[in-house]
Amino acid sequence: MKFTCLNKGNGFHLPPCYVLHVSGFRILLDCPLDLSALTVFSPVPADFCPSLLDESSNCSFHESLNMESKSAKRHKIEKPLDAKDLIYAEPWYKTLKNLHIWDPSFIDIVLISSTMGMLGLPFLTRSKGFSAKIYATEATARIGQLMMEDLVSMHMEFRHFYGSEESDSPQWMKWEELELLPSFLREMAIGQDGSELGGWMPLYSSVDVKDCLQKVQKLKYAEAACHNGALVIKALSSGLDIGSCNWTVESPEGNISCLSSSIFVSACAMEFDYRALQGADLILYLDFSSEDVIEDVEHHDNYSSPTTNNLSTLSDEDNWKELNECLLRNDESIEESKKLAFICSCVVDSVKAGGSVLIPLSRLGIVLQLLEQIPISLESSAVKVPIYVISSVAAELLAFTNIIPEWLSKLRQEKLFSGEPLYSHIELMKGKKLYVFPAIHSPNLIANWQEPCIIFAPHWSLRLGPIVHLLRRWCGDRNSLLVLEDGLDADMALLPFKPIAMKVLHCSFLSGIRMTKAQPLLKILQPKIVMFPEVLKQQINVSKLNSHSFSVLYYNENETLDIQSFKDNVDLEISTNLANRFCWRKLVQNNMDVTRLEGQLLIDESKHWLVSGNKVSDTSQNRPLLYWGLLDMGKLLTILSKMGISGSIEQGLNDAESDSVGIIQIHGPNKALIEVRATRTVITAPDENLAALIFEAISTLLDGI
Amino acid sequence: MEDVPLANKLLLLANVARLHSSIMAYSGAGQEVGKSCVVVSINGKRIMFDCGMHMGYDDHRRYPDFSLISTSGDFDSALDCVIITHFHLDHVGALPYFTEVCGYNGPVYMTYPTKALAPLMLEDYRKVMVDRRGEEEQFTADHISACIKKVIAVDLKQTVQVDKDLQIRAYYAGHVLGAAMFYAKVGDSAMVYTGDYNMTPDRHLGAAQIDRLQLDLLITEFINVAAGGKVLIPTFALGRARLVLTILLIQELCILLDDYWERMNLKVPIYFSAGLTIQANMYYKMLIGWTSQKVKETYTTHNAFDFKNVCNFDRSMIDAPGPCVLFATPGMISGGFSLEVFKHWAPSEMNLVTLPGYCVAGTIGHKLMSGKPTKINLDKDKQIDVRCQIHQLSFSPHTDAKGIMDLVKFLSPKHVILVHGEKPKMASLKERIQSELGIQCYVPANCDTVCVPSTVFVKAHASEMFFQSCLSPNFRFLNESSEDTSDSILERTNGKSRFQVTDERVAEGILVMEKSKKARVVHQEELLLMLGEKQHEVQVAYCCPVHVDNLDEARRDHISADDVLGLSNKCSWLQQLFTELTTDFPGWNIQNLGEHLQVESFHVSLCWKDDCPYRIIDSPRKKLAAVFFCCTWSVADGKLAWQIISTMEKCRLTVQNLNQNTD
Repeated sequence: MKFTCLNKGNGFHLPPCYVLHVSGFRILLDCPLDLSALTVFSPVPADFCPSLLDESSNCSFHESLNMESKSAKRHKIEKPLDAKDLIYAEPWYKTLKNLHIWDPSFIDIVLISSTMGMLGLPFLTRSKGFSAKIYATEATARIGQLMMEDLVSMHMEFRHFYGSEESDSPQWMKWEELELLPSFLREMAIGQDGSELGGWMPLYSSVDVKDCLQKVQKLKYAEAACHNGALVIKALSSGLDIGSCNWTVESPEGNISCLSSSIFVSACAMEFDYRALQGADLILYLDFSSEDVIEDVEHHDNYSSPTTNNLSTLSDEDNWKELNECLLRNDESIEESKKLAFICSCVVDSVKAGGSVLIPLSRLGIVLQLLEQIPISLESSAVKVPIYVISSVAAELLAFTNIIPEWLSKLRQEKLFSGEPLYSHIELMKGKKLYVFPAIHSPNLIANWQEPCIIFAPHWSLRLGPIVHLLRRWCGDRNSLLVLEDGLDADMALLPFKPIAMKVLHCSFLSGIRMTKAQPLLKILQPKIVMFPEVLKQQINVSKLNSHSFSVLYYNENETLDIQSFKDNVDLEISTNLANRFCWRKLVQNNMDVTRLEGQLLIDESKHWLVSGNKVSDTSQNRPLLYWGLLDMGKLLTILSKMGISGSIEQGLNDAESDSVGIIQIHGPNKALIEVRATRTVITAPDENLAALIFEAISTLLDGI
Repeated sequence: MEDVPLANKLLLLANVARLHSSIMAYSGAGQEVGKSCVVVSINGKRIMFDCGMHMGYDDHRRYPDFSLISTSGDFDSALDCVIITHFHLDHVGALPYFTEVCGYNGPVYMTYPTKALAPLMLEDYRKVMVDRRGEEEQFTADHISACIKKVIAVDLKQTVQVDKDLQIRAYYAGHVLGAAMFYAKVGDSAMVYTGDYNMTPDRHLGAAQIDRLQLDLLITEFINVAAGGKVLIPTFALGRARLVLTILLIQELCILLDDYWERMNLKVPIYFSAGLTIQANMYYKMLIGWTSQKVKETYTTHNAFDFKNVCNFDRSMIDAPGPCVLFATPGMISGGFSLEVFKHWAPSEMNLVTLPGYCVAGTIGHKLMSGKPTKINLDKDKQIDVRCQIHQLSFSPHTDAKGIMDLVKFLSPKHVILVHGEKPKMASLKERIQSELGIQCYVPANCDTVCVPSTVFVKAHASEMFFQSCLSPNFRFLNESSEDTSDSILERTNGKSRFQVTDERVAEGILVMEKSKKARVVHQEELLLMLGEKQHEVQVAYCCPVHVDNLDEARRDHISADDVLGLSNKCSWLQQLFTELTTDFPGWNIQNLGEHLQVESFHVSLCWKDDCPYRIIDSPRKKLAAVFFCCTWSVADGKLAWQIISTMEKCRLTVQNLNQNTD
């Protein structure tokens, strides 16, 4: 098995990306899009209003802007970045540099672990020669589709503004233009060595998205998909977000678990089903979420020092229980809900002060919780302001979350069983507390418009979508609030909107396994081998990891690791039809029983099966085909004479010489000859019968099968 | 070998104990709904499929006889899990009794919709029993909720590992929302229990969907129901009638109605009498993903369960003028709101009352269905005239004999067990399955036990070399004459002869058993390594004379025969022999390798040694007119080799150079 980490990603919005080569199949794990790179572009300029501008004015405006920015750039003095430094052009989208050098026709399978890991998929599926089968969970596929459609629809605004582009490489991608960029932007655009320039692509169309989705096989929860008989692929919830999953791949080489960013106790999505990953031979630890997290040392010791000492004295069962309790401790979820409560209180404060609140539509789970908790907070502080969700796909997204109980947390499922709606947004919409509009210029929104208000809108990169216009409206209002998720360079993101008076609340949410839990988790899963990111080596207690029964291999970005075998033995399932035909032969010296085996080899459900084939074994005639040992010529003569065949030893066999030849002449019933060597006997007879008789005599003297 | 450990494993059996057969329902006046409860023991694991209640009995007979599972009452150790296929009472009705009263504490599996809807059904039934009859309740409302809490909900196709050995999986059955067939696998043995299913897709629930599985056993429900629900629609279209649909949980019909209303542009309102049905509707909205693809796709624009024409019914509306459709509970008109409405609406012949598929004896519903009463006594001194039309509804689609045949044929299990049906019909179906499909079929009676053998595969480790050898191609090239009429494309394009390549790979290896070690499959060369021995090859050799027509002539003309018989003829004789052999042995891949010919292990080359040890010649005359071909082969190919020898001895070659020289 070969394993390559193409990109370690960056936080929730850019999951890592891998290629796995197992049992002859090349599997690509996730195909994300680096949307944070969008910040090198300018949002659609401020004065632009699509409905008011006609073509001509549009063009001239564009030109003048370009001129202006260019002249500024020529000065080439490194000063603090300015909004004018950004690229004023229809944005392109950045795919992963190490992925775009791969030939898409080499990929056999694509596994999608989250909606974020899906956004770059249409680039792949529309490329020539792509024929891989894509697997994603039903929920991920649907939500991912909505995200991509939203991206396409938001991008339309740029199309309207810049006009449709024809050339294959836009102006800004020319080297002389890139040279003019401030070094910070240049690095974002092309990477340190310029190698990332090739990753930029013009956005896919809605047709591409549709085609892409047609190639996706949507799987149910823990549905076992059998790929070509050789692999059994299963998606198990990771708890990260609705529909996100960890993949397990069963292959004849062994069972592999791809452990992506996972959350043990999750408020919305179905919890991380780590028990289902037990018994894998190999665990690919793909969670980089704790890379930049510096963990509290005291907290760290919480598990490792005092408890491990006790562990050795405990019985296995207690040990097991304790490990599980450690993993499922709800400290994380309490922390997360505290964060949400804090956001709610900030929201209420802003609204009370007469400001509006802008929340980018990013993590679905978080948004759904805020949609539920903000109205409660508002109500408890007796504030009445409308909440708007503005997105081309918001209505469908919200409706969808109410019909997928199978992908929600246990707590949400309880709502189903007690007959309550899974999420309260339907009630809120009916109660006129929450409004959903497809776009900022929707007539109903204008009719309904009321400030202050709370708005959820895309896109979190702050470069496209309704959020751009709303930010411009409120960025100067010191009472307004923008809730910004970490993982995005805030300075860079807010650059076009400076100076900013509005409050910006930075928040980060748990987006993977905490290092403190990684160790007990691996202990519970009991794999044979763990592939672990080298960059996290510092954070996990290496000596403790190594003391476990499994071995740990460390991997780096863009480095292929070859794992020879992680399963001791390959199993073969032999059908009883064949087993009933076995002719056992006892080898006394070696104390073993052997039998010949013949059949048809099949591979199904990642197992090897030997069944009786079409050809019934007529060639073997129950006669051994393989002989070993030395032939005793004297004994042979005795046996032959019993069979009525007379002969004499013409030349004896010299044991000392390895190539010596012994010869037996057969006189009757016909003339024949037996030539005996250490590893070879040759029978020469004038007819089939005599040859067969002699052979029979020989076979009684040799060991064989 | 004194003990053959492999053989023992082959004797394992799957025991199928059927606790209660169920008697057919829904036919004519005879109403009796059976109960389903089947216990299967498969490779040592025991699973209870369904835990149904018999609606026809009031006493202990209403529950399956659980003592058959365990006389001591320790059900937790007697069963590994309970699986419920769908929410109908004849499949789930006894579950609270079993878990809360009998004390079964093990896992119970059902699909999400079944887990959501089953408690509604159970609670409704409990209320009817207790409220109407003042019966002593067999289980309480708390029992129901406690029971449902223990249930593990599963998604369709989700592979659930119940324990290390037992794996189960639900498949779409299309009977009612959430109905599933269940697949169970223990070791190499696998089976499917269908529950009720439907093989023909209708508007909102698709047909059953299942993978082609390797099954030892298929247990299929057999209920034959005449479809009835849709017949109702024309009646509604009259537009004059007010009707009471006293049906519980018949959302399927709601969709149908709502849809129909929309198409016909009818303005007649559809009402719910609040309570249960509204609540059920909530579930249906969230579970729209479990309906057919078509219904599912409309969830945003219009959730099919967001009925446009459906609204809540108010008591004051009972005597309001104008037509309407009302869904009221309880379904058997045993009291409550449906009875109240019935009192008002029964006397008019303009009205229609539709009854559910079953009604407990003693209820008004039951009275209405058995015969055509014109008067019904409500109690001792109250009587109402019944002039309204009565329609009995059996809505939930079940499968028919054709559906069962289709499923059995599709799955091709090794054995079939039919349950839940009428004896004569089941017997005839059994005959059909056995004669048409050649599959062993059983129709067990109540409490019968059926045993079927289970599949067992012998497990062994296998070496890399063994797999490599299996994967190496085994090509056979065949030239077929043009007379062979075949419609292959190759032939048509070639016109004359067809070249056929076959690649029948035969996996060959050696199974090795050592004491206290797992069986191992190795390649034969590996076996020798294991033994530390070298192969001893046993070959047969024969130096075969072949007649050459003009050999004597050639020898006369030339002083040194060997000159002539040298290089060029060596090749030509081998070539001539090659031609001979290819015509005589068309099915074999004979190769001309220049110095020798090769077929399988049979090796033939010209022999110039006068004292060749493999030459056993009696007649010297033969020797003169012949050249010798030395043949060797390994004993396995003896049969073929001797055939070739006899051909060679018969055939005649010529010296070609001689002719050229004389020319």
